[in-house]
Amino acid sequence: MMNRLAINIAGLELSNPTMLAAGILGISGLTLSRVAKAGAGAIVTKSLGLQPRAGYPNPTIVQVESGLVNAMGLPNPGIEHFTQEIKFTRSVAPLIISIYAFSTDEFAIAAQKAVKIGADALELNVSCPHAKKTGADIGQDPKLLEEVVKATKRSVKKPVFVKLTPNVDSIVRSAKTAEKAGADALTAINTVKAMVIDIETAKPILSNKIGGLSGSALKPIAVRCVYEIFDAVDIPIVGCGGISTWQDAVEFLQAGASAIQIGTAIAQKGLNIFTQVNEGIEAFLEKKGFHSVKEIIGLSHKSK
Amino acid sequence: MSTITQKINFLRIVEIEKIVRESPTVKTFFFADELSAQGKPGQFIMVWIPGYDEVPMSISSTCSDDLVSITVANVGEATRIMHKQEAGGILGIRGPFGNSFSPVKGKALLVGGGTGIAPLVFLAAELAKLKTKLTFLLGAKTKEELIFLSYIKAIISRTKGKINAATEDGSFGHKGVVTELVETTLAKEKFDKIYACGREPMLYKIFELSNMHKISLQMSLERIIRCAIGLCGSCTIGKYRVCADGPVFTSNQLQEVVNEFGKLKRDFNGTKISV
Ligand SMILES: Cc1cc2nc3c(=O)[nH]c(=O)nc-3n(C[C@H](O)[C@H](O)[C@H](O)COP(=O)(O)OP(=O)(O)OC[C@H]3O[C@@H](n4cnc5c(N)ncnc54)[C@H](O)[C@@H]3O)c2cc1C
Ligand SMILES: Cc1cc2nc3c(=O)[nH]c(=O)nc-3n(C[C@H](O)[C@H](O)[C@H](O)COP(=O)(O)O)c2cc1C
Ligand code: FES
Repeated sequence: MMNRLAINIAGLELSNPTMLAAGILGISGLTLSRVAKAGAGAIVTKSLGLQPRAGYPNPTIVQVESGLVNAMGLPNPGIEHFTQEIKFTRSVAPLIISIYAFSTDEFAIAAQKAVKIGADALELNVSCPHAKKTGADIGQDPKLLEEVVKATKRSVKKPVFVKLTPNVDSIVRSAKTAEKAGADALTAINTVKAMVIDIETAKPILSNKIGGLSGSALKPIAVRCVYEIFDAVDIPIVGCGGISTWQDAVEFLQAGASAIQIGTAIAQKGLNIFTQVNEGIEAFLEKKGFHSVKEIIGLSHKSK
Repeated sequence: MSTITQKINFLRIVEIEKIVRESPTVKTFFFADELSAQGKPGQFIMVWIPGYDEVPMSISSTCSDDLVSITVANVGEATRIMHKQEAGGILGIRGPFGNSFSPVKGKALLVGGGTGIAPLVFLAAELAKLKTKLTFLLGAKTKEELIFLSYIKAIISRTKGKINAATEDGSFGHKGVVTELVETTLAKEKFDKIYACGREPMLYKIFELSNMHKISLQMSLERIIRCAIGLCGSCTIGKYRVCADGPVFTSNQLQEVVNEFGKLKRDFNGTKISV
């Protein structure tokens, strides 16, 4: 029987369009493999750098009404250390290694190392809103973004996904820049820059004061970003931001995403969320008479 | 839409109502919080010391009037600042998080080392309500560091149970480590369940002993906690997350992660280091 949910994105064969979002349970190979076994069509690691990084002190996460604000500060053991983890993720699902770096050259080196240890594809974190001189500091500068994507593309043959920040005047411009520089796919979006102050003590709660908003509050922003980008580029888009049900996932697909990523919702729904979303999409396709998930990608643009 | 997970994860500012000194290095802090007061033995809360750090602490007691306690050893910066606080001081808390010990009827062996005694005292009070027969083994460096001794004695006498302690310097009870008491106790007696909390080398030894004697086991583990809601991956042991799948694990689960349990943990950047 044909798998309605199967999708090829930038050369990666996914059994379904759900992926784990970067930075969620992505430090341990065994938990990544557990996520794949729970139904994710692809897994993405925590953003890894060339050097180990401890991240920010706690508090690193704050609950708000319809989401979370986090400033973990990219804690990670470094790409080299990840060699020990990657053996546990073999053959469970395509593995995308998320990387961050502080310069064009470093991005190229990090990309080569990530491919060498076994990445099926890379996702460039040029969008983390709370790390200095990397993440969004790169993604918000079109020239730097272009150079980083070009340098990475030159250094590796594996597909390169570029994860975009919504904290810019025009995410469409970032998307076009990344595409022109050679990106194979785009992930939209990373968190929106945010902060929370405790009024009893008049103190910002996060140790880094400023963090990124994720969860359902982000969803309409992310849907809009995917919708706008879809009109402007020809490469596939991975939708991300506040997805917690199959309906959310379908909305992103109809906005123009070829696959979706899930992060924050795992806290409430557990790892079963991947299977739940997949079953929901499948039933929806069947009910509507679609033979493949590909038929609904960008569907909302046709009703203009 | 606000789910239960979201509700317990909201930060609440509480006032410290009472502080009790348990030992030269350990203090118990009492405060009122409706959600934490519904916590079960084994569950933990995240405690924000405004302007400093946020650290995980097991619930050491709950009370019908929403009063809750945590029992804190002074080991580093955050806990040192907590220890300087006085009644009327302020803490930020979220939780309770994680799973809990499942109470057994019949005969239970409880083994606590250091501040690991705290969540077990909470459990002992619950088990006593079920009329479970308790044997409580405690371990600490010195007599002064044996916390909750008289409280445990009171619970034990109600359940006709037993209590025994070990101190490393021999200032009270058996001179040596508490696992030696576990060994001799298990050689003589059968139990329906063993519960343990304390340092990991001690826990590992008890895990081996429980396997040898084929007694089911639950123990509470510690790893670096950041999000406490199962997202960030700081707290993993094998495929499990201590904050969301634990902190209480059974012998079968520990067997699944035996490559790491008692041997490896992750430091703040996620590198595996020895326990
Ligand atoms: C589920 C759980 C329940 C706990 N319950 C208790 C308890 O009831 N009573 C008690 O005294 N202690 C408890 N701890 C340990 C307690 O969290 C640490 O002692 C405390 O975080 C130390 O903070 P510090 O800033 O004073 O010390 P630091 O100098 O910052 O660190 C000293 C050591 O404490 C540990 N630690 C520091 N930060 C964290 C963190 N965010 N998560 C986990 N460990 C950390 C590390 O092992 C570190 O090496 C528990 C830990 C966990 C994981
Ligand atoms: C705790 C946490 C850690 C994150 N770490 C990373 C990271 O390392 N790299 C990255 O590109 N995005 C990171 N993100 C952003 C997510 O990948 C995702 O873009 C964002 O959370 C929106 O999706 P969601 O609402 O489904 O969580 C993190 C998000 C959270 C909540
Ligand atoms: S502390 Fe974040 S997953 Fe457990």
